[in-house]
Amino acid sequence: MNRFGVFVCHCGLNIAGTVDVKAVSREIGEIEDVSHSEDYIYMCSDPGQLLIRNAVREKGLDGVVVACCSPTMHEVTFRKAVESEGLNPYVCEIANIREQCSWVHQGDKERATAKAREIIRSVLEKLRGNEVLETLAMPLTKRALVIGGGIAGITASIDLADSGYEVILVERQPSIGGRLDQLSLTFPHLDDARCILGPKKAEIANNPNIRVMPYCEVEEVKGFIGNFDVRIRRKPTYVDWDKCTACGVCLEKCPVESLSDFERGLTTRKAIYTGALSENSGKPVIDPIHCRHLVDGTCTICQEVCPEGAIRYDQGEELLEERVGAIVVATGYDLFPMEKIGEYGYGRIPDVIDGLAFERMLSPSGPTGGEIRRPSDGRIPQEVVFIQCVASRDPERYMPYCSRVCCMYTAKQAKLLKQKIPNSQPYIFFMDVRTDSKGYEEFLQGAIEEEELIYLRGRVARVFREGDRVRVWGEDTLTNRKVELDADMVVLATAVVPSEGIKDIAARLRATVDKHGFLTEAHIKLYPVESPTKGIFLAGCGQGPKDITDTVAQASATASKIQSLFSQDALLQDPLVAFVDPEICSGCGICVQVCPYEAREMDEYRGISKVHEALCQGCGACIAACPNNACELRNSKAVQVFGMMETFAEGAEGSLADG
Amino acid sequence: MKIEISRGKVHNEFSQKVEEISGQNLFACYQCGNCTAGCPVSFAMDLGPHQVIRYSLLGLEKEVLECNTFWMCASCLQCTSRCPKGLDIARIMEAIRLVILRKKERLDHLEVAELSEEFLERVPQIALISGFRKFTS
Repeated sequence: MNRFGVFVCHCGLNIAGTVDVKAVSREIGEIEDVSHSEDYIYMCSDPGQLLIRNAVREKGLDGVVVACCSPTMHEVTFRKAVESEGLNPYVCEIANIREQCSWVHQGDKERATAKAREIIRSVLEKLRGNEVLETLAMPLTKRALVIGGGIAGITASIDLADSGYEVILVERQPSIGGRLDQLSLTFPHLDDARCILGPKKAEIANNPNIRVMPYCEVEEVKGFIGNFDVRIRRKPTYVDWDKCTACGVCLEKCPVESLSDFERGLTTRKAIYTGALSENSGKPVIDPIHCRHLVDGTCTICQEVCPEGAIRYDQGEELLEERVGAIVVATGYDLFPMEKIGEYGYGRIPDVIDGLAFERMLSPSGPTGGEIRRPSDGRIPQEVVFIQCVASRDPERYMPYCSRVCCMYTAKQAKLLKQKIPNSQPYIFFMDVRTDSKGYEEFLQGAIEEEELIYLRGRVARVFREGDRVRVWGEDTLTNRKVELDADMVVLATAVVPSEGIKDIAARLRATVDKHGFLTEAHIKLYPVESPTKGIFLAGCGQGPKDITDTVAQASATASKIQSLFSQDALLQDPLVAFVDPEICSGCGICVQVCPYEAREMDEYRGISKVHEALCQGCGACIAACPNNACELRNSKAVQVFGMMETFAEGAEGSLADG
Repeated sequence: MKIEISRGKVHNEFSQKVEEISGQNLFACYQCGNCTAGCPVSFAMDLGPHQVIRYSLLGLEKEVLECNTFWMCASCLQCTSRCPKGLDIARIMEAIRLVILRKKERLDHLEVAELSEEFLERVPQIALISGFRKFTS
C-alpha cells in the first residue's frame, strides 16, 4: 500500500477564494492510499514547506502531491523540499488547481471545488505509476558564445573572460563597438562614447580568454544547454588580415564611393572600408556589391597599392565549428526607417535626419568633424526641431511601445546643439518626457533651464519643405494652440527596433521573439535575462529598448548566470525524458525525423531507435508520432496518462456533472 | 487658434522683462498646474497662473496682457509656497503687473471723486490702494 501525502495550498485567496480547500483536503484524506492530507495558506512559504517535510519524515510518505499553482512556478521548490527529507524528487507531483481551476472558475465555488478534487485524484493516479528516477549528469562545455559586439556583448565577454572562462565573440560588422561607437557624448554625465568604449575594446583585445570573430555570423546551432554545436560563417573580407597592417592606403586610393551606413548616409565610404571610420586601427573589408573588381573585374587599384600584398579577391567564406556551453544573444537595435514615415517626408527631405545621424554630426570623428551642419547646403542651422516618439507609442500604425532612450538623448542633443551654436533655438515636440533613471530628471531640468530649450507638448502632424526650410505643423496642447514654425533642420527620435535578421538568428537558436521581434525572456521578473530556451541568455536592446546603463547591467547579469552554470562539475538534468521499449520498436525511424532537438537516432546495429538523454527535452513529439507506442516519456507513460483521464472521467460522471 | 513660432517670438523681449523683474526663470516651469490647482481665486481667472507662465515663455504678450489673472492675484503666496520647482509665481504675477504699469497706458485707474460715498464706505482700503497703484507705480 502506498503512503501518499496531499498538501492543498490556499495561495492566499487565489485558490481558497474559489475552492473549498478544507473540504477538498478532507475528502482526499479519505482515499485509501493517502495517509496524510492537509491544507495551508501558503504552501511555498518556509512554514508551508516545513509541513511537507515533517509529514514526509514523520509519516514515512513515499509520494507527495502538492495541489497549488502551475508546476512552472513551484515544482522545483517542492521537489527540493521532499528531497531534503530523503524522498526521491520525482515522486513529488503538482496538481494545478490555480491556473487550471480557481482562476478560471471564479464565482462557481461548488463546481470549482469538485474540479479541484478531481484534478488531485487524477494526479494521485499518475503518482501511482511513477518510477523513482535519478537526475542525469551531463558533461558541460565551459566556453561561451557571445553574439553581437556592442557594449552588451563586450561587457558580457569581459565579465566571463575575467572569471576564467573562454569566450567566442561573434560580430557581423568588420569591427566590434556596435551602436555605441556611433554616439557622441552620453547622458546623463556627457561622457564621451569613445572614452567608455575605447578601454573596453582594449580589454577585449588583450584578454587571452576572448576570441573575437569579426565579420562573422552564426549559421547554425545544434545541441542544448551545456553543449551547443555552433557553426560560424566567416564572410570573405577579400583582405588577408594576417598580412594587412591597416596602413590605410587602399582606403585612400579606392575610386568607388557609396553612402556610409556607419555615418547614417551623411557621407560616403569607399568600396574597401573599415568598420568604424573612427578606428584607424581597424582592418578593412571589401564590399562585394560596390567593388568594381568583384562586380566586373575592371579595377585592381587596391591590390596594386597594397604594400603588403594583402588583397585576396578570390577569398571565399569559411565555416568554423565550435562547441559552447552557453550563448549570450546581444544583437542590438536599429532605428525605425524614416522612409516609412510619410508625414515626416519619407526620408526624402535632406534636412530631416534621425537621432543617430545627429549623433554622427555631434561626434568629433563624424563626417562634419563635430560641427552641426544642414545636410542640404552645409549651412549652420539656427532653428532645430526635435520630434520625440516618432513611430513609438503609435499602436495603430507603427510600434506601441516606448523606446525608452529618446527622451534623454533628445534633451542631450538639444543641449549640445545650444552649446555648439549659442544663438540657435531648439524646439522639442514631446508627448511625455520620461526620465526614469538615476540623475536623468536632474539632467533634463538642468538642460531646459540653462540652455533655454522650448518643449512643446504634442505630436507633429506634418513636416514638409517650404523654400529652403522645413515647415513643421504641430500642436502645443499645454496652450491648446496649433503651432507652426520654419525649421532649418528636423531631428526625428525614431523608434528603437530589433536589429535586422533577429528573427533568423532567434530561429537558429530556437529562442523566441515577440511580435516586434524583440527576444522574449523566460519571465519578466523571475528570469529577465534568460530565454525560455535553456542556455540562451539575453542582453541589450535585442531583448527590448534600453539605455547603456541598463544594457551593461543586463550584460553583467548574463555573465553572472553563465558563471554559476559553469561553476558546476556537470550539468544536472531532469530525467523526465523519452525512452524506447526495444521489444516493441520496429525501427521505422519516424521519431528521428520529428525530434526537434536531434535527440533521436537509429541504432543501426540493433535496428531500433534510441534516445540521447542529454539532448531530449521531454517534449513528447516522438511519443505522439510513434505508430507502435514504443516510445514513452518517463513518469508520463501512456498507462499513467490514460489512468488520469479515466479517473477524471469517473469524477465527471459523478459530482462534476451535477448542475 | 494658430501660433507662429520662431526664434524672435519665443522667449522674446516681453518674456525676458518678466524674468528680469521677477528674478525667475520661466523655463523652469514644467507645467504641473499645482499653482493653479491651489490658487484660491483661480476660479475667477481667465487663465490659470501656470498658463500665464506658459504664454509668457512662448512670447504670447498680447494674450497675457489681456487676461485678468494677475489682477485677480491676491499675492497670498500659496502658489509660491507649493511650487515644486521653487518658482516664485506671485513674483511673476507682480512682474506682469509692473510691465503693464510701467507702460503707463492703462486708463482704467480709479478717479476717487467719481466713486459714490456709499461705495467708498463699503470698499476695502486695500482695494483703493491697489486701484491707485495701477497708475502710479
